[in-house]
Amino acid sequence: MAEMKRVERPLSPHLQIYRWQVPMLTSILTRITGHALVAGVLLAVWWLLAAATSDAYFATANAVATSWFGDLVFTGSLWAVWYHYLAGLRHLYYDAGKGMDIPTAEKLGWACLIGSVVLTVITILLVQ
Amino acid sequence: MRYLTARKRAEGKGAAHTGTRHHWSMTLSAVGLAFMVPAWLFVFGRTLGQGREAVLETFSHPFPAILTALVLVIGMRHFAMGATTMIEDYLRGTSKKLAIIFAVSLAWMVGAVGIFALLKIAL
Repeated sequence: MAEMKRVERPLSPHLQIYRWQVPMLTSILTRITGHALVAGVLLAVWWLLAAATSDAYFATANAVATSWFGDLVFTGSLWAVWYHYLAGLRHLYYDAGKGMDIPTAEKLGWACLIGSVVLTVITILLVQ
Repeated sequence: MRYLTARKRAEGKGAAHTGTRHHWSMTLSAVGLAFMVPAWLFVFGRTLGQGREAVLETFSHPFPAILTALVLVIGMRHFAMGATTMIEDYLRGTSKKLAIIFAVSLAWMVGAVGIFALLKIAL
């Protein structure tokens, strides 16, 4: 009986239907960066666990974390975290009922895209 | 004059009745992370690439250890709730349930491993 009542509801959001535009791109990037960040967290936590365990384990994990692969994951994660950070602040601004007209939303989208790259470069320079 | 706040009026609405709480939880963790993440990026970025002795030294101090623990626990909670929302958007039925169980389990697992490592280093 439960099966008979099931309605085929559309799944959101409909990425393949709409023409791409800045607010849409920056919205879906928020979701992608947020979930992709788990890769950087996994590598960082594994590296921390190895440091806590033994010299040999740390040597292995540290070799991976500081290899080209580790650089790729951590640099990508750094951009992802800054992008997600700015987009999250934008969400808090939206939640306050502000910045929702299209010109402002597009400007905020560009601010997230450009700002995340700038903050990534600044962070890399600071921690080197 | 309305004595109820906007949040109070929204609570319990919607199909699942929990959307308002979910949204408020995400707001809280987002604001908390907004304050902590820049400092943590600096601590972690400075420590990554150093030898094991230096790494142990850094994370045996209260500020880096507690900051890392908070970022991990709140970050993974934020991840689990965000992942649940995404899965609810794209999946249905058993696959939805399995994906949510996987995401929430992964979040707790990562948090637990990180806390274990921090305790082992700091204590």
